[in-house]
Amino acid sequence: MKMKSKTQKIRWSFFIFFIPVALWLFLLIVLPHLELLRISFLGSGGKGFTLDNYKAFFTEPIYWLTFVRTALYSIFVTMIVLVVSLPVAFYITKISSIRAQGLLMILILVPFWVSELIRVYGWMILLRESGVINVFLVKIGLFKEPIELLYNDVSMIMGLVYTSMLFMIVPIIGVMGSLDDSLIEAAHDLGAKRLAIWKEIIIPYCMPGIMSGSIIVFMLVLGSYLTPKLMGGKNSLWFTEQIYNQIIVYFNWNQGSAFGFLLLLLSSMIIWVALKLTKQDFTKVIK
Amino acid sequence: MIRTLPNSKGYLTGFRLFILIFFLFLFAPLIVTMVLAFNDSMFPSLPWKGFTLDWFLGEGPDKIGIFHDKSNIRGIVTSFKVAISVSILSTIVGTMAAFLFEQEDFKFKGLLYFLMIAPLVIPGVILGISILLFTNSIGIFLEDNFGIYLKFLTPSFGLVVIGQFSFITTIVTMVISARLRKFDRTLEEAAYNLGANKFEVIWFITLKYLRPSIIGGAAIAFLMSFENFNTTLFLVGAKSTLPINLYQQVRDGSTPVINAISFILIISTSILAVANLYMGNKKEK
Amino acid sequence: MQVALSVKDLTKKFGDFTAVNNLTFDVEDGKFFSILGPSGCGKTTLLRMIAGFYQPTGGSIAIQNKDMLGIEPNKRPVNLVFQHLALFPMMNVYENIAFGLKRKGERGNAVERKVNDMLERVGLPGSGSKKVSQLSGGQKQRVAIARCLVLEPSVLLLDEPLGALDAKLREHMKVELKKLQVKVGTTFIYITHDQSEAMVMSDHVAVMNSGKFEQLDTPQNLYSNPSSSFVAQFVGNNNKFAVDLKKNESGQFFASSKNGGLYSLSDSFKLQNSDSFDMFIRPEAIIINPNNTKSTFNSMNADVKAILFDGGNSRLLVTPEKSDQEIIVALPQNRQFDHIKAKDSIKIGWDPEAAVCFEKSEEKIYEDEI
Repeated sequence: MKMKSKTQKIRWSFFIFFIPVALWLFLLIVLPHLELLRISFLGSGGKGFTLDNYKAFFTEPIYWLTFVRTALYSIFVTMIVLVVSLPVAFYITKISSIRAQGLLMILILVPFWVSELIRVYGWMILLRESGVINVFLVKIGLFKEPIELLYNDVSMIMGLVYTSMLFMIVPIIGVMGSLDDSLIEAAHDLGAKRLAIWKEIIIPYCMPGIMSGSIIVFMLVLGSYLTPKLMGGKNSLWFTEQIYNQIIVYFNWNQGSAFGFLLLLLSSMIIWVALKLTKQDFTKVIK
Repeated sequence: MIRTLPNSKGYLTGFRLFILIFFLFLFAPLIVTMVLAFNDSMFPSLPWKGFTLDWFLGEGPDKIGIFHDKSNIRGIVTSFKVAISVSILSTIVGTMAAFLFEQEDFKFKGLLYFLMIAPLVIPGVILGISILLFTNSIGIFLEDNFGIYLKFLTPSFGLVVIGQFSFITTIVTMVISARLRKFDRTLEEAAYNLGANKFEVIWFITLKYLRPSIIGGAAIAFLMSFENFNTTLFLVGAKSTLPINLYQQVRDGSTPVINAISFILIISTSILAVANLYMGNKKEK
Repeated sequence: MQVALSVKDLTKKFGDFTAVNNLTFDVEDGKFFSILGPSGCGKTTLLRMIAGFYQPTGGSIAIQNKDMLGIEPNKRPVNLVFQHLALFPMMNVYENIAFGLKRKGERGNAVERKVNDMLERVGLPGSGSKKVSQLSGGQKQRVAIARCLVLEPSVLLLDEPLGALDAKLREHMKVELKKLQVKVGTTFIYITHDQSEAMVMSDHVAVMNSGKFEQLDTPQNLYSNPSSSFVAQFVGNNNKFAVDLKKNESGQFFASSKNGGLYSLSDSFKLQNSDSFDMFIRPEAIIINPNNTKSTFNSMNADVKAILFDGGNSRLLVTPEKSDQEIIVALPQNRQFDHIKAKDSIKIGWDPEAAVCFEKSEEKIYEDEI
């Protein structure tokens, strides 16, 4: 009898944890996305099943061109971010003195918490025609007159790199910090040069951090709205803008849902391929 | 190569230069934004026209400082309310989720865990739209069939809280899980052995141990909520949060009052972030 | 005999702290050479200088008569087995061993043959495809050594590689390592704080303390003829007596213990009449129920305080009459002394030749030593 009452108590506590979590995940994650899928198949009147919303995507070049462009640029930005982050993480974990390490970590993390909007705004002040950089370059005589440095693809990519970079550096620092220095010493002692140590030891060891950083950066860039809108040019269309336009401007929720679902599909597929290629496990990478 | 190996001077100098440029890149926009908050000019740009506190204290009519800028103050207040609600809700549910995934075993745990981390890879824009569509559908259904009208199911304060809660809880869960994973479960067994029941064990032993990560998780939730833009964009009603409000001003051009707001936000988030890090480090030991 | 490693006047300072102080020694080719010392004595610093990870502050290191000053670790004919082995977790056993060969630009069949050969020599044939995490502690050990030996270094450096193993396996690996070294004939330089490891495996042992060698000798000599108080305490078990030296009328030296008790000393102690010496006597040099008739033989009655039973390593804890000096006495397990019980009074004694005396050293080897 005593045993029984004890197991019942444990079940109770299980349901106390389980119910709120299950409600959260089903009501706010699962069902809304199913609803997104359902609405994407509805006709313009909100009635009947149709594929028109998806058809429109493939027949209208501006839609799928923006889609492909967004995907390719997101991959490109992720790669740039990776190339910048690896040496930064390496310097902080393996080269800087132990004392400087803590300070550098704080310096890295503080901008991490400042709102994306403010950081983008800072770049706008720096880059635009009347911006700080232009004033400076004209003053030292490098430019004859101010040039618009903002509102083009380069400034947009730079902005995306800037706003997402820390989400790569932090997970890489996490794994790199646990890389035992003696592995690098051993490789060096066994005759490996710098490049071989990177290729054979550091990169393979840091792969989980690289993958989780890449996934998060890729997702942030792909789903970014502010940075392309504020730093990109008139032609720097980003797919999230198309979604926003459909939902808010044209009030065409069915078309917007179809676009949203396509973006979700694209991001899941790219992540899945990346994980398969590097032989990593999603739930392990995210931890 | 690393600090314990002999390094050539050139290698170290080159690396240090790279890091210097990196940090310049990281901080230049923040510093410029902050400095221009004190420029006595109508535009957030150079040339420098002298030092002023007008963008903080000015009462108008030309220069309205942040402390007299009604619309932005309203935005800040709304954001604060949202952030506090979200951090309380997501900390409670996140703690429960951490217990559920770290200490309980049940069927379909893997599937549920997968759902729990899914918000990390769902773009915020899509999450916002999905929740907007779903709550809208429920609202219509309830109104059509039962004649009930629920305000929080249309874009409003409540919906913003729901939308942000849906993904911030994931982050909080992960922060708390990370610490719970390191918890020595023999401590619980010892407490049982000394006569405590399950709830007493959780309250006196486990939650005490988790406290630093619960505080840290709540702080992270607060900051993420306060600055959230993508999800909020689709859910916001008549009362804008600060980021939505600022976005319109940044897009359409504005006076350096934005710099003043940025200055306050950068300084206060830095203090909160450093305090959080410092506390985290101290508690770890 | 050829000299594999020659160290001259080697010094390393970290700021004001001198980790290695003006060391000079040679290691002959093909020997198993150990550096034994407590933690913080400078042995790791010395090893890292030989490997090339640290630049010496002064002095020189020559390997096979070639000066190593300014030569990078990866260009030296030495390899290091790391304390925690540093096996590459992202590679399997084969790839770990082939790593160094590939860095030298070797490819194809030659690599495969060498790696498989090496696996065979360390007793792991066919384990090439195993993951590092699948290996037992002892197997990891052997892979770490194989990874270095396959490069045919002139000198193999080992940084306490047995430290992480449990006691039984450590005993086993000591013998294995010694056999392996004899088989491959490479010069091994082994650092450890465990005197038993050093004694069992080595041809020569250098006992290191505060950046200097206290004594460099064969294990047998270290044990029987320690040259300092530190060595006497650090190598093997010893009873330590704080004594003053006294001379009697006939010129014979005596040690007078501060805890009461007077012990005769061997003639070889031509020491001054003075205070503050440490006298050492090994537990196994003390005989229970002695029947020695030598006039200088020390014999006394003692109370048994406790029997410290530990199989073949069993000992008695006794205090001589009218003294509170604690003495550890070896208790041979040959049934002869089975009658001894705690609180018994027994007779013990030792030949003065077995005791050694050194000037008192304040140094404590272990933190909690009284």
